[in-house]
Amino acid sequence: MRWIWIDKFIEFNSGKSAVALKNVTLAEEHLHDHFPGFPVMPECLMIEGMAQTAGILVGEARNFDEKVILAKIKKAAFFDFVRPGDTITLHAEIESISEEAASTVGRIMRGDDLIAEISLMFSHIDNNLAGKEFPEENFVFTDMFNSLLTGFIGDKASSEQST
Amino acid sequence: MAMSREEIFEEVQEVLVDALGLDDDEVTEEATLMGDLGAESIDFLDIVFRLEKSFGIKVPREELFPAESLMNNPEFVSNGKVTEKGLAEFKAKLPHTDFSGFESDPDINKLPDLFTVKSIVNFVEQKLNAA
Repeated sequence: MRWIWIDKFIEFNSGKSAVALKNVTLAEEHLHDHFPGFPVMPECLMIEGMAQTAGILVGEARNFDEKVILAKIKKAAFFDFVRPGDTITLHAEIESISEEAASTVGRIMRGDDLIAEISLMFSHIDNNLAGKEFPEENFVFTDMFNSLLTGFIGDKASSEQST
Repeated sequence: MAMSREEIFEEVQEVLVDALGLDDDEVTEEATLMGDLGAESIDFLDIVFRLEKSFGIKVPREELFPAESLMNNPEFVSNGKVTEKGLAEFKAKLPHTDFSGFESDPDINKLPDLFTVKSIVNFVEQKLNAA
């Protein structure tokens, strides 16, 4: 299993908003344990899915120059279970973005039903943490994530990665 | 229309309640952000973003919370104490903060106690008046 909790983007407005989609399937191992006999997508993984959706949006807004790390969950409220066979969409919007950080608001939907509201803060770690140094390469945005943007922003992500 | 100090305080209070997950009555003017209210570094950025949105002002983080860059400068901080030069710099950079109690014993560990709810209210008041 790979640590990727969105299947594709269906909308991507650079620097503004993005919508990602995830299909939930019983092939995902953890659903068999969470909970036995009543499989639901864990809420923490929905937060991770939103962090990936919003994190890519924030990263792309600065050409993937920054290492974008989830720093704070400002809000996470859940209104319904997500079951195997469900398709959810993750809607993220940039609320504020600066040199050091970004804040996003988001909601997860299943069709027209509101599943969750999740607002996050991201840190651009090279401009934060009192000048602590991190590896040169952008270890946050790997090819796995960049490939999700194919068709939305051309080859920008992959060419940035290789330079 | 100009906001009264009371109105500014109430708005700042709401910002801090939302950003730090507090109850209204915990956010008094004297409360220190780190010591009393448990704010961490990322919370300061969250607070900055929220203040910008609530008051429609631009808040460079360096202006409201410049301590990080000043504390790492050996000219300003030596042997765990803020030097005279440092104190002058802090005062210049932080006109919204009250240093009167700090001057007699400028222990670096007490620096966080200077960042109170009141200093944010002062900061916003000065920003709004300057606009």
